[in-house]
Amino acid sequence: MLLGKVSLTPALCTALRISPAFSGIQKQIGAAATQNARLYASSQAAEAVLDKQAVGTTTATKAATAKKAQSVESQSFAVNMFKGQINPSQVFPFPSVMNEEQTQFLQELVPPVSKFFEEVNDPAKNDSLEKVEDSTMESLKEMGAFGLQVPQDLGGVGLTNTQYARLVEIVGQHDLGVGITLGAHQSIGFKGILLVGSPAQKEKYLPKLATGETLAAFCLTEPASGSDAASIKTLATLSPCGKHYILNGGKIWISNGGLAEIFTVFAKMPMMDEKTGQMKDKITAFIVERSFGGVTHGPPEKKMGIKASNTAEVYFENVPVPIENVLGEVGGGFKVAMAILNNGRFGMAAALSGTMKGVITQAVDHAANRVQFGSKIHTYGAIQEKLARMTMLQYVTESMAYMISGNMDSGSKDYHIEAAISKIFASTDILWLFPVVCIQGSGVERVMRDLRIFRIFEGTNDILRLFVALNGFQDAGKHLKSLQKALKNPLGNAGLLAGEITKRAKRTAGLSTGLTLQGSVHPELSHSGNLAVKAIEHFGVTVEDMLLKHGKNILHEQFVLKRVADSAIDLYAMVVVLSRASRSLSQGHASAQHEKILCETWCIEAYDRIMKNVKDLKSSSTTQVFKNMKAISAAVVENGGIVAPHPLGF
Amino acid sequence: MSRVLVGVKRVIDYAVKIRVKPDHSGVVTDGVKHSMNPFCEIAVEEAVKLKEKKFIKEVVAVSCGPTQVTETIRTALAMGCDRGIHVEVSGKDYEAMGPLQIAKIFAALAKKEEASLVILGKQAIDDDCNQTGQMTAALLDWPQGTFASEVTIDGEKVKVVREIDGGLETIKISMPAVLTADLRLNTPRYATLPNIMKAKKKKIANMKPADLGVDMVSRVEVLRVDEPPTRLAGVKVETVDDLVAKLKANGTI
Repeated sequence: MLLGKVSLTPALCTALRISPAFSGIQKQIGAAATQNARLYASSQAAEAVLDKQAVGTTTATKAATAKKAQSVESQSFAVNMFKGQINPSQVFPFPSVMNEEQTQFLQELVPPVSKFFEEVNDPAKNDSLEKVEDSTMESLKEMGAFGLQVPQDLGGVGLTNTQYARLVEIVGQHDLGVGITLGAHQSIGFKGILLVGSPAQKEKYLPKLATGETLAAFCLTEPASGSDAASIKTLATLSPCGKHYILNGGKIWISNGGLAEIFTVFAKMPMMDEKTGQMKDKITAFIVERSFGGVTHGPPEKKMGIKASNTAEVYFENVPVPIENVLGEVGGGFKVAMAILNNGRFGMAAALSGTMKGVITQAVDHAANRVQFGSKIHTYGAIQEKLARMTMLQYVTESMAYMISGNMDSGSKDYHIEAAISKIFASTDILWLFPVVCIQGSGVERVMRDLRIFRIFEGTNDILRLFVALNGFQDAGKHLKSLQKALKNPLGNAGLLAGEITKRAKRTAGLSTGLTLQGSVHPELSHSGNLAVKAIEHFGVTVEDMLLKHGKNILHEQFVLKRVADSAIDLYAMVVVLSRASRSLSQGHASAQHEKILCETWCIEAYDRIMKNVKDLKSSSTTQVFKNMKAISAAVVENGGIVAPHPLGF
Repeated sequence: MSRVLVGVKRVIDYAVKIRVKPDHSGVVTDGVKHSMNPFCEIAVEEAVKLKEKKFIKEVVAVSCGPTQVTETIRTALAMGCDRGIHVEVSGKDYEAMGPLQIAKIFAALAKKEEASLVILGKQAIDDDCNQTGQMTAALLDWPQGTFASEVTIDGEKVKVVREIDGGLETIKISMPAVLTADLRLNTPRYATLPNIMKAKKKKIANMKPADLGVDMVSRVEVLRVDEPPTRLAGVKVETVDDLVAKLKANGTI
């Protein structure tokens, strides 16, 4: 098309919508990130940004290798959608990753576990006792529930992520308090040993952890360090003999804190920075045994929900930790923490999809039998909408959980955005809708109290939204940067440039750019597939626009980041249900038509929400709204409360 | 005193709402949740307990039917049985299969395996026949202890406490013998995940009724299956006089 001599004319730059000064932006995001390192250090985004945009830190060499790895195209759907591209490899067809043996094994596990939770575990009792009944704990240990993902040769059940998700779903359906007790133990408590432990550490600790003889807890949070995890103050200093680290500090809100024998503890250590020659605080992860001495804990916190789960403060006073108990690399603790949290996140979506299933069954029962104003209430539109929404939300959550577990089992390492999305989605405000239909239902009131924490722990939803958005921006930014580079050598990159110009010209003209889900999506769902494609295109453009408008300051535009994240979540949700419903249609399931309606309805509403976000982000009135909100917030903060005087004047 | 045979039957799960097929030839089984007959669970539990108390050396779980029954055998293995035998019966033979055919199969197996005890559930919750144990004992000419709520091994004899209409009856029978388990005999254990894993390594042998010299021809033909008639609503009356009047009016008195 335009080959021949292509020079970096202003016209070309406009056509490609790239500011000639753009090359600076990537570096600036990196620099800003380093400056404000701690501002978002708890979000993996910053860590990733810091890592990959290393500006003279010890991670420089790591960044180089990371950059090399990044040059291999990411297969993650979420990463690509931020660039306005579709990579269907991880989402279509809906993953089916278990072989016959694994499927058969899982089918044998489900009935006894379900039976146990239906007949033996008493959630109401656990809730009122504020602990899991002793006999139940014993039975759970015998059952093998404490080592589901520990390899069989170390005494565990050796489940894959998908198999684990299926069992965790059952627990979520019946008793979230037990769910957290089990999850705090194995999903995060000793997951670090599974992920990065040395063979010696695995052999030493996993067998007893698998049988539940010892329980584990994950100790990161401190009174002054929640979301800002990199700011923790618990200190580890090497002893004079060089054989131990001496641990001092206090952790709060630790699930299983009062029960655990084995703690994964994160502490800071001053370390010599190779590049600058200065001492820097780096976090290291340790396996700490209560038996080392100096480990004490506080009384169980009185909580609103998940009361059966033990939550306590844990104190470390001059605890000697053998140097063999460093988990992962010295100074690499933050990465270990993020890897652990990332790895366990899909479990929450799985558990909550089970919770939703249970609540929906009760809601349906109530709606189908309760008579008011002369008719069963499920005949009224208001109730029908509630039941329909509950059903769609459960369908999406379940689909996300098993898509992600399937991706993980297939060996994908690139699932962190999707995992974060699934956790946010499963736990968002919408869950409040659930019990509203039948608050009188037995146990539903307890479920409502249990659900609140899911928006807060394991990465608050606010932080995770920032993470999703920033991670997405970072990759999109790189893509733009590579275009920038291409512009410097247009002849050598003529193909890439030609493609981009064509794409953008088409977009400006309102034509489709050739992006399609045809071939992936079932023909009966092609309309919804087109909505998804359109949404991805608009989303990609919006991401670019925001990058160009804000540059490095995008880091601070949280109003923007939130809306971008919400759109990303809706988009991923659309694609996930398109995949699942397509599979049901292709396989001729009895429920295929019902799933088709679920999918289509979800896509229509999600599309509308995404387009509204896209529009808002372009509109000046929304920018004004953000400014106003900032001002309102400043005023009430300054006033210590409501500013407007009482209408009555006193 | 070494080997016990336990029969396990795969039936529609007790919690499922049963529906009759439109052609009234039977009940809907496709896609319906199935599990081990509850009385068979109790039988398995008793056998495994006897083994744990070292009265017997080996427990063999047996089931007759199509491929799906291996799931049920595996559950028995997960509860502690040592090995399984799957007697393959499918199609029309399976549909027509009843207590007499099963009893013949068990009698043949008991002789082949040189079992000291055959323990069965007292009845299955799908057909409620309550015949298989009795027929098996008769075919073998062995003593039987049916409706057992307590079993104690005493040397070469078995003391069985039986639940009967009048209360409890205690009998002492010689082995080899056939026992059938009643509800209060024990509380079956939950299969633990590690045991399910171990069960995967246990062997399930395959055979056909013909291998045991058993003919599966049924002497019973099911003509029709119907749902029980829907219960009609009753009528409430205020006084005894009203009641008497109503009863007289509809000819009852």
